Amino acid sequence: MKPPVFDYQDPASVEEAVDVLARHGAAAKVLAGGQSLVPLLNLRLARPEVVVDINRIDALDYLTEESGWLRVGARVRQRRLEREGDVRRTVPLLAEAVRFVGHPQIRNRGTVCGSLAHADPAAELPAAAVAVGARLVAHSRSGIREIPAEEFFTGPLTTALRPDELLVEARFPCTGPDWGWAFLEVSNRHGDYALCGVAAGVRARDGRVQDARLAYAGAGPVPVRLRQAEVALVEHADLEEGIRAAAAEARRVLRPDGDLHASSEFRRHLAAVLTARALRLAWSRASTCSGGAHA
Amino acid sequence: MTTRWLGAPIKRNEDPRLLVGQGLFVDDVQLPGMLHAVVLRSPHAHARILRIDVRRALEHPDVLLVLTHADLPPSLREPLPKLIPHPDLKHHKTQYTLAPDKVRHVGEPVAFVVATSRYAAEDAAELIEVDYEPLPAVVDLEDAAAGRPALVHEDIGTNVAAHSVQRVGDYEAARARADLVLARRFVVDRGCASPMETRGVVAQWDPRARQLTVWDSTQAPIPIRNGLAALFGLAQKDVRVIAPDVGGGFGPKIMMFYPEEVLVPLAAMRLGRPVKWIEDRREHFVATNHERTQIHHAEIALDREGHILGVRTVFLHDAGAYIPYGLIVPIVAECTLPGPYRIPNYHAEFRAVFTNKTIVSPYRGAGRPHGVFVMERLLDLAARELGMDRAEIRRRNFIQPHEFPYDVGLIYQDNAPLVYDSGNYPAALERALEAVDYPRWPEEKARYRAQGRRVGLGFACYVEGSGIGPYEGCRVTVEPSGKVYVATGVGTQGQGHFTSLAQVVAEALGVDVRDVHVVTGDTGAFGWGTGTFASRAAVVAGSAVHLAAQAVRQKALQVAASLLEASPEDLELADGQVRVRGAPSRSVSLGEVARAANPLRGVIPSEWEGPGLEATRYFAPPRGTFSHGVHAALVEVDPETATLRFLRYVVVHDCGTILNPLILDGQIHGGVAQGIGGSFFERLVYDDSGQLLSGSFMDFHIPTAVEIPEIEVIHQETPSPLNPIGAKGAGEGGVIPVPALVAQAIEDALDDLELEILRMPLHPDALFELIQKATRRGS
Ligand SMILES: Cc1cc2nc3c(=O)[nH]c(=O)nc-3n(C[C@H](O)[C@H](O)[C@H](O)COP(=O)(O)OP(=O)(O)OC[C@H]3O[C@@H](n4cnc5c(N)ncnc54)[C@H](O)[C@@H]3O)c2cc1C
Repeated sequence: MKPPVFDYQDPASVEEAVDVLARHGAAAKVLAGGQSLVPLLNLRLARPEVVVDINRIDALDYLTEESGWLRVGARVRQRRLEREGDVRRTVPLLAEAVRFVGHPQIRNRGTVCGSLAHADPAAELPAAAVAVGARLVAHSRSGIREIPAEEFFTGPLTTALRPDELLVEARFPCTGPDWGWAFLEVSNRHGDYALCGVAAGVRARDGRVQDARLAYAGAGPVPVRLRQAEVALVEHADLEEGIRAAAAEARRVLRPDGDLHASSEFRRHLAAVLTARALRLAWSRASTCSGGAHA
Repeated sequence: MTTRWLGAPIKRNEDPRLLVGQGLFVDDVQLPGMLHAVVLRSPHAHARILRIDVRRALEHPDVLLVLTHADLPPSLREPLPKLIPHPDLKHHKTQYTLAPDKVRHVGEPVAFVVATSRYAAEDAAELIEVDYEPLPAVVDLEDAAAGRPALVHEDIGTNVAAHSVQRVGDYEAARARADLVLARRFVVDRGCASPMETRGVVAQWDPRARQLTVWDSTQAPIPIRNGLAALFGLAQKDVRVIAPDVGGGFGPKIMMFYPEEVLVPLAAMRLGRPVKWIEDRREHFVATNHERTQIHHAEIALDREGHILGVRTVFLHDAGAYIPYGLIVPIVAECTLPGPYRIPNYHAEFRAVFTNKTIVSPYRGAGRPHGVFVMERLLDLAARELGMDRAEIRRRNFIQPHEFPYDVGLIYQDNAPLVYDSGNYPAALERALEAVDYPRWPEEKARYRAQGRRVGLGFACYVEGSGIGPYEGCRVTVEPSGKVYVATGVGTQGQGHFTSLAQVVAEALGVDVRDVHVVTGDTGAFGWGTGTFASRAAVVAGSAVHLAAQAVRQKALQVAASLLEASPEDLELADGQVRVRGAPSRSVSLGEVARAANPLRGVIPSEWEGPGLEATRYFAPPRGTFSHGVHAALVEVDPETATLRFLRYVVVHDCGTILNPLILDGQIHGGVAQGIGGSFFERLVYDDSGQLLSGSFMDFHIPTAVEIPEIEVIHQETPSPLNPIGAKGAGEGGVIPVPALVAQAIEDALDDLELEILRMPLHPDALFELIQKATRRGS
């Protein structure tokens, strides 16, 4: 479990970093927190010629709120999402979802953008990003572009990022008034990737669901947003009926792969169970504290 | 006042050193000019080796040596030694140092590369070309027993290595008389130990002195030394094997030999430079022995009142690709099954079967969890069928305290009759039931149910065979400094021997336990012994330590008597002094006594039996001693997500005289954690081609502090009459009954479902399937 030989570069600026990426293209790999890349290197499953360490780029170390968006720079560790009180208020789903990622030791190193760029279909943050409608900012020598989360994840461990692009920032819209959010998952142990995870949001007004968001981890090759289920919730005047319809929709539509930990059937079942539980929780939060802030 | 050391909850002598990172594990051994080795392992479960080409690896600039089977000396081209023969083991196939013409499990060593760094060695290993012709993999145990789809060892014409039967009474006749006969198929699947320190070997050869020194993360340094001396044609005195601070053993580290234990010394001798090999975690999953898969067809016959008339178990044991360790696990399984119950008629029969999987040898529990699972499940099912309380059916069948010694009628793993020495089984169950308030459980359960929660209560009883022979030894030396040095051959892997054995000495000599320094696991310090396994260190080595310390005590009294001009009967040992009872001013320190016992001039009286305050003694128990206990737990089941949460966990534990209750609690806590891991989290999953799918900690889920509940331990002490300190083994009691208990608790929590748990380990997916298939009771 030692990596094969690679070249190591540690640029101090985004410009330098994208230069290196432009030069080496697919032969280069960005190193952020290293919590996914280093195991892959040690198992010799990843064999980049050049490792581009972005940990010296101080300019990417910011977590700020600006005109209704939470902006997370590429060097921000996952742990900050749970530590910094504002995130609970601005994007509560993110603060809740991140606690399911590994263990504190992992989150102290692993970055938010790294988790998104790694794009594990069972990972929590990608599902949360899809649920809230995050936008991912990619930087290359040819410029900057913003990719909506739903278009960012293209397959297991693959994204819309080009080899010469650096993900410099993830932007999460701050939650609107009357919204309540919840993230729930089932994993074998606390801290494992989800067997199935659900990110749910509901907007409650006058005792009815006005709007809803549902996205799933571990339920397909990419984080899946279930629009049909969202619509079902809004259409049903009765909350419980809406929740049942959404859960049924999840069971009908999702086609997760089975693996040694959970069969496809079990994952679908979990998706339905968690859909109902997460929606009830989100609802209770939406209706108790308008604005959705909760601890 | 004399301080009592034995039985006191003393903090461990070794902890300060270990906690600040001053331990010495094999990877801490750094020697000048040291080289690094890696093993090229088979990627196939079953394949013929057509060609191996190592030229490109040898061309690597940092490589010094590449070995394949053809490069080995003749003595190492033979299969490695047969460890524990048995008359029923017809085909005692053992592993090779490097595979000759065929590989039989994923991870089997094929070539060995030595280079200037581990990195370079791994790079070079990738350059070795091996052509394999894959053969059908023998994965499924029942298929394997029928010779399908291939033979692991063609030359023997079968996959069945052994067929063994033991009988007590006449099961068939008992069955004919029975009011109720229940039969089920039980499966206990593969598991493995996960020591924090994987295996590792460093070897250094001194070509002038012709001496070999080997640091080995093993549980049995002395047998390893003896074996290496034989294989390399060296005198035992010229081989020194050191098992330094071993970071966990749990059974699999007592093997002889793992190929690396031979290859590393061989390379060091060939190259004249020290060589290090450290197993990485990925290798550990396929190259360190596993345990556990057994399929039992078991049957119980009872009368209407729930008295057991007889039990039969006919089972398959998955030995893996080779069977160096013999039949220990299945024998322990069949001998543990009767447990604390009177079973007048018993038929146990097994086949040990080769498969294309990692070799099996004992892992903490070593067959005991299997036996207990089968027996306890049979009783649970019988109680349900008879409409009887599950505690009551156990009470009716317990061996009573006055019945000891109790002859079970079987032959145990040490080839001696299985005779329980002492115990109090009914009392242990009552203590456990009281702790969880069993009489009020139905109301409590209903209360949970009213909150929409499914909580079940489970409990399980076991008897743990431990402390078997043949012997261990110990030398106790008091130096003129007053410090006491203790050397024993039994190794230590974190069990606290530096403290518990020191306590035995402190008690005998009246010295502070911190002044007693224990050396274990270094053949240079003590060269006789067998190793730490079968929960025997405290019992067998502890007794040897006791005998040696008592001999030193006698000598100290003798020598001090002449110094103090008193008679030995009037002296006492306390606070590092020998003093006249009632006249404490007339005293002499133990260090002075040691100096007086080793004079530079003059005469040594013949009663002293030699110079110095030192004695060596051996202890050879007539047979094993039997601990026992009961575990009880409250387990919450979420039937929708098929997950579990332990709300309470109680252990009633009886291992005879307690040397140190803190250390004992630690053993129990760790065991329960491993038991919970092996019941619901850890799984070794193979696909049809014999590839291990769960070969990393990402997929092999060791429970963490989040999953393990607080463990309440209640001690009961029924001393063993078989050794001078009354101790019994405590290493495995934590782990043994956990699967049985978890099964019972889940069934209790889901008692509105027609659901039987007959397989371990479970995991959410399997529990989901059981729940899906279950019908509602009464419908
Ligand atoms: C024991 C353990 C448990 C874990 N459990 C979970 C879990 O439960 N859920 C979960 O979601 N994750 C889990 N992880 C993974 C963890 O969250 C990682 O931190 C995360 O997946 C990757 O983030 P990183 O910053 O460490 O990225 P790295 O490991 O450095 O990189 C990962 C990949 O992303 C690419 N990359 C990283 N940053 C960028 C960027 N800015 N631009 C372009 N490409 C980039 C890298 O090139 C690489 O391919 C676990 C990890 C461990 C070791």
